[in-house]
Amino acid sequence: MLNVQQKREFVDGSKAALPLIVGAIPFAILFGTLAPTSGLSALATIMMSVLVFAGSAQFIVLALIAAQAPIEMILLTTFVVNLRHLLYATALVEHVKHLPLHWRAILAFGLTDESFANMSQRYMQQDKSNAHYFYLGSICCFYCTWVSFTILGVTLGSLIPDMSNWGLEFAMSVTFIGMVVPYMNSKAMISAIIAAGISSLTFAHLPNKLGLIISALIGVAVGLTVTKFKNKQLSYE
Amino acid sequence: MNEAVLIIGMTVITFTIRFVMFAFAGKMTFPNWLALALKFVPPAVLTAIIVPSVVMPQGYTDLSIDNSYLIAAIFAVTVAIYSKSLLKTIGLGMMLFLILRYLAM
Repeated sequence: MLNVQQKREFVDGSKAALPLIVGAIPFAILFGTLAPTSGLSALATIMMSVLVFAGSAQFIVLALIAAQAPIEMILLTTFVVNLRHLLYATALVEHVKHLPLHWRAILAFGLTDESFANMSQRYMQQDKSNAHYFYLGSICCFYCTWVSFTILGVTLGSLIPDMSNWGLEFAMSVTFIGMVVPYMNSKAMISAIIAAGISSLTFAHLPNKLGLIISALIGVAVGLTVTKFKNKQLSYE
Repeated sequence: MNEAVLIIGMTVITFTIRFVMFAFAGKMTFPNWLALALKFVPPAVLTAIIVPSVVMPQGYTDLSIDNSYLIAAIFAVTVAIYSKSLLKTIGLGMMLFLILRYLAM
């Protein structure tokens, strides 16, 4: 059983997740509502939240399913989009490497943008002996919310008929716009975004949604080049 | 589309990415340029999805004022820049889109 301190860490972790959860609830509902109109069954929609548990990847996959992309392309895109979690794991590994493997596996499963935000704050404090319970609390709270509100969204979607005629696919575009704009805070990032946008139009007619991956890679390459160039200029000064 | 294969594939891929560093417990590192490159991935992928879906909603490039997708998207970008709120961006962007669609009917 948990001792007092472990319990407190668990509760504190759940509380720390609350503000992020409030922000995520509309997306869980939106995901549950949109998924069936993109062509995914209700069961698969719920299972995706239960097993994959990766918000932005889940939305991107919906867009690809709606565009009838082949499964290989969908999996490749999942890989590329979720690669950023490697960064999070690299930042956190120092604090979890002493834990037994099953603990590390559970914490890895729940490593999302939100739990990373919670944990990078928690690990700044002095006493870290039971911080993994804080991590677990944050994950549990977030996971239960994500899954239950996905189910709510699926239910709402099935109650309201003809939702596919409402132009809900635009809800996805506008969600992505809201996610991209906050990134536009440096020359490198803006160049990457513009390059990806132009390339996506240029390669729009390639088969199998191949244009998506190519445009993303071009965007990343442009972003890296601009960063390198800026660093060089700085070192000359 | 085989949904079971899709879900299992996504689960394995996502979990592997999240677990690999924890599994090796710090005995593995990756180069700096890769870490830098990863930061550009989410906005680049999202942009590459958004732009064609609003510029060519019908499958061909449509830069006219009748393209409600494009007009509402430009409006949403403006809202996002000034409000810095994801929910306002979605709410107002979606509202303008539905109004334009209604007017076009």
